[in-house]
Order: sequence, then C-alpha cells, then structure tokens
Amino acid sequence: MSPRFEYLLRLGDDALILGQQLGFWTGHGPVLEEDIALTNIGLDQIGQSRAWLSMAGKEEGQGRDEDRLAFHRDQHEFRNALLTERPNGHFGDTIARQFLFDAYAVPLHDALSRSRDPEIAAIAKKCAKESAYHLKHSRGWMVRLGDGTEESHGKIQQSLNGLLPYVGDLFVSDASSQTAQEEGWGVDLATLRPQWESNLESALTESGLERPKATPEQLGGRLGRHTEQLSFLLAEMQVLPRTHPEAKW
Amino acid sequence: MEKKQWPLWEIFIRSRQGLSHRHVGSLHAADAEMALENARDVYTRRQEGASIWVIPADRITASSPDEKDLLFDPADDKVYRHPTFYDLPDEVKHM
Amino acid sequence: MEMDLLQRFEAYVASEKKIEPKDWMPDAYRKTLVRQISQHAHSEIVGMLPEGNWISRAPSLKRKAILMAKVQDEAGHGLYLYSACETLGVERDDLFRDLHIGKAKYSSIFNYPTLNWADIGAVGWLVDGAAIMNQVPLCKCSYGPYARAMVRVCKEESFHQRQGFQIMMTLAQGTEAQKAMAQDALNRWWWPSIMMFGPPDDNSPNSAQSMAWNIKRFSNDELRQKFIDLTVPQAELIGLTIPDADLQWNEDTGHYEHGPIDWEEFNNVIAGHGPCNKERLAARNKAWDDGAWVREAAAAHAEKRAQRKASEESAAA
Repeated sequence: MSPRFEYLLRLGDDALILGQQLGFWTGHGPVLEEDIALTNIGLDQIGQSRAWLSMAGKEEGQGRDEDRLAFHRDQHEFRNALLTERPNGHFGDTIARQFLFDAYAVPLHDALSRSRDPEIAAIAKKCAKESAYHLKHSRGWMVRLGDGTEESHGKIQQSLNGLLPYVGDLFVSDASSQTAQEEGWGVDLATLRPQWESNLESALTESGLERPKATPEQLGGRLGRHTEQLSFLLAEMQVLPRTHPEAKW
Repeated sequence: MEKKQWPLWEIFIRSRQGLSHRHVGSLHAADAEMALENARDVYTRRQEGASIWVIPADRITASSPDEKDLLFDPADDKVYRHPTFYDLPDEVKHM
Repeated sequence: MEMDLLQRFEAYVASEKKIEPKDWMPDAYRKTLVRQISQHAHSEIVGMLPEGNWISRAPSLKRKAILMAKVQDEAGHGLYLYSACETLGVERDDLFRDLHIGKAKYSSIFNYPTLNWADIGAVGWLVDGAAIMNQVPLCKCSYGPYARAMVRVCKEESFHQRQGFQIMMTLAQGTEAQKAMAQDALNRWWWPSIMMFGPPDDNSPNSAQSMAWNIKRFSNDELRQKFIDLTVPQAELIGLTIPDADLQWNEDTGHYEHGPIDWEEFNNVIAGHGPCNKERLAARNKAWDDGAWVREAAAAHAEKRAQRKASEESAAA
C-alpha cells in the first residue's frame, strides 16, 4: 500500500464510519430540530468519505471506486480510527465521540487545505467549512450537557471518560503520516495533537467537565486492528452489495 | 416531571445580498445559539450564504388585523398565543 | 353580530382569500385545521421510520446520502407543519403527547413494513407520489400558515418521487433478483397507496365542510383517479405489473378502472391493527423518552446562563 493510498483511506474511512453511525439517529433524535442537525452532520461525513475514497481509489489505480472500497473490504482492511467505531450509545455518547473527532478534524482540514496537492487542498477546503460547523455543534452540546443538570453532567462525563482512551489512533505518526508531511501533500497527524488538546481544554473549562486520569491508549485502527463493533457495523452496511455482487444500484 | 418545552423562535433569513430578511417559519430551541444552528439546518438546507435572524416569538409585538380590510376582532397582541376557542352564541354552534 | 362574523368569514374564504392567525375564525374551522395539520405533521415524523430503516443498508454511498437527505427533509416538513399548527394556539409538546399515547392519527401507510431495498423505491414513487397529489392543492388552502408551509413542502418533495422512481427503474432493469425485489415491493405498496386518498366520496365524513372552507380542494376519489391514471403507464414503462387483475383502460371516460379496494384492511390499519402500528409508536415513544434528559439539560443550561448574565449585569450596574 502506498503511503498516499493509506493516508487517503484513513481520511475516507473515518468519515464513512462516523456517517454510517450518525445515520442511525435519523428519526430517533431527542427533539426534531436535533434530528435534523445530526443527520446534516452525517450527510457531511458521507460526502467527505465519498470524496476521499474516490481519490484513494484513483491513487491505488486498481479500478476500485468509492463503493468498491466502502462495500467490498473486510474489517481488517478498514483504516478508521477506533474512536469512530465506538457505539452510538445514548445522545451524550454520540456527542462526545463527535466532539473528540471534530476537535481533531478542524485542525486536520485546516492543514490539508494548504496541501501542495491541489485536489487534496480543494477537498479539504470544503471539509474545513463543514468540520468547523460540526465542532460548533458538538462543542455546544458538550457545554449544555456538562453544565445542564446533575444527570446530564454525570452522563456526559462518563461518555468522555469512556471515549478518551480511544483517541490515540487519530495522532498516530507512521510512515504514511510522515511521508505526507515530507512531501507536502499532507500533514503529520501527530502534529495536530496540541490543537486538539486546546480545543478539548477550552470545552472542558466551559462545560465544567473534568479530564479523567490518563489511561493506556487503545490503538490499532490505522493498522486494521479494530474493536468487535466494526464487523457488525460493516455486516449491516455491506449486506446488499455483498449479497448481489453483480448488481448495480 | 419534564419542564416546559423549549421556547419558540421566529426565523428570518436573507437569502441573497441585497434582499432584506424574510420570515420563513419558526422552531424550538433552548437558547439563541441553538436557534441559529437549528435555523441553518432546518431552513437553509438548499441555500448557501444565508444570513439568519432568530427572535423569541414572545418578544414580537404584532399589530391588530386591519379593520377595514377585514373586520375580524383583534385577538391579543402576541403572534402565537391565540386563544384556542372563541365562544360563539349557541345558535351559531348549531348551524 | 357573531352571525354576521361567520357569514363574512365564509364569504371571505370563498373569495380565495387567506385567513391569518390573528383573524377571527369559527371554532370548528380552527379545530379542523389543528386536526388536519397535526395529523399531517405526525405522518411526516412517523414516515421517517420505515425509510430510515434502510439508511444503514443503502447499497451505495450515493444512495445512502440521497436517502438520508430525503428522510431529513421529512423531519423538516414535520417541523414546518408543527409550526403552522402552533399558530393556531396549540403547543408542539401537546401534539406529540397525543401522538405518543396513540390518540392522534397519522397516515396509515407508514404502518406497513419496508422489507427490501425496492421498498425505498416504491415508497418514493407511490407513497410520495400520492402524497404530492394530496398536497399540491393544499398550497392554495385558505389558512395562510398552512398554505405557506405546504408551498415549502411541495417544493422540496419534488425530488423525492423522482429518486423513488429512479430506484425502481434501476432495479427493474437489473438482475433477476433485483427485478423480483421491485415487483414484490410494488405488489405490497400498490393497494395501501391507493388507500392513501381516504375513503370513497360517498363515505367521507369531513369532506364537504372542508371543501367549503377551502382546506380541501379536490375529493378523495378525484385525486385517487388522477394518481392511478398517472402511475399505471409509469409502471408499464419500466416493465412492472400493477397487482390488480381488474385494472383496465376505459376509452370512453379516458380513465383507468380499478378493482375493488379492501376497505376492511384500511379500517383495520387505522384502528391500530396494521403490521407495524405498535413498532412505529414504540419507536417514537422511545426516541422521546430517551431524549428527555437531553431536553431538560439544554433548558437548565439556558436558564443558568441567563441567571449568570443577569447577576453579572447587576454587579456591573
């Protein structure tokens, strides 16, 4: 796998898995307005995944398009961060997962929009606008839930505690990430961590939430070593194209 | 057990430069930021570059319907708090 | 004096003018509107469920995005309609409560299951098609906020039916398994769609008054006939068979004649005995109950913030 293909898959798979998960909220949100908001974010994620996966397919040069990559890879071939495949849980779990991701996506897309590769820069510019809005939304809810009632404070604190050990994948610096930086078409993902930290700290302060004591990080998504949840998620997502491999939809 | 529902906000959108804000509808939100975000999601799903105003519905004072235009008894001066019933004399109800 | 108001109201409405929230209106007009608009809003919201089922299994990323956007539109439409209803002096939470306890009605069509991917096509093509036919005339209905909401809804609906038909067309031209899916979906959705126009005119209790008030513009049978006349050739075009052995073209009337409609099934589903009535209500209730702590938290946060702001201001003063 070329470092570039690998890098694009990571971008595409993060967005795809988040989009797939957010889709489950459509029709089941806590209030009609929020139903629409979560679906909007899900739609953006699916849109982003299509752009990155299409580009990944071209980069690979084996004739795989976005759908071939989304529906005909097994779980060990997925490169999404473990954070993105954590279950939806309750509204607070979904919000916390989204917030931890958005706090990374904003500096990521910002850096990529200055890519030396005009195609990457163009996609990233569009993504940057979207992720800035996503962060505003998820951060707003972190604050509301953290500051709101005793119940909501307890719940969102627990969501945060449960998810923080899974963020490490976002900042893995390996050959793919370093090549991106060296060749100037991408950014070494490890360099995004300070901005992510500052996004997190400011939200924690405003919401009255606490940073739990650091625990060992769960890593592996970028290498295709996932949690149990991913295979179930893919089984559902991929059922039609896998059952009818000849079909066009 | 649950508190009263989130307040109602009236939404005004300027869709293009040069046009003034226009009332497009309403929605519920707990606070102004949420009202703005929701307005963007609900009322600008198919437009770009909109400018949005959100105004708590209970802060709007409305005029009474013009009598020579329409006759109808003025209700109260708030836009959305209309009495559910207007009592009619019995003979009208039995029409 | 009041008699005078009623007569003037009726003359006003008959002249195609719009009634606005603060205008005087007869009690029965208000009640009829609240019932009709809230039922319509509930239908949009419950209608998200059968289609939402397939978001996670949409067979391509493009289809997934289209379906999400479509189901999201329905949430938006529900919201416009609840807003229109609120101008009549009711609160959305109260309307929801009536839905959740099973007191309020919604379109029976959404009590049928979506069993295969082609159902998403059939729902768009037939159910949205029938809905549009019902809704377009409402853009001219006499109550201003409802008419304006419907203008918005109809504008946004136009892509829904097309995407549904396109799914059906793609499947009908696809593999044998895909063709079978498409025909199966049409077989199951045809009759419920025909029933969406409501009982026949000679048995439709509220129709006459609603037509006089311009909150209903065409009769159930007129709209049903129009729908059948438009839809049958579309099915033929893509090689699917309408599941009605009695269906035939009548040269003289220029209309299709259809076989008998099973109104007993219609009444059963309305009475709560359709295939999915319980699941749909349970899903709505669960979403609402699960969301209670979130709604409370946002309200509590807004209140705390307002208090903090007030005390800062008084400290500064």
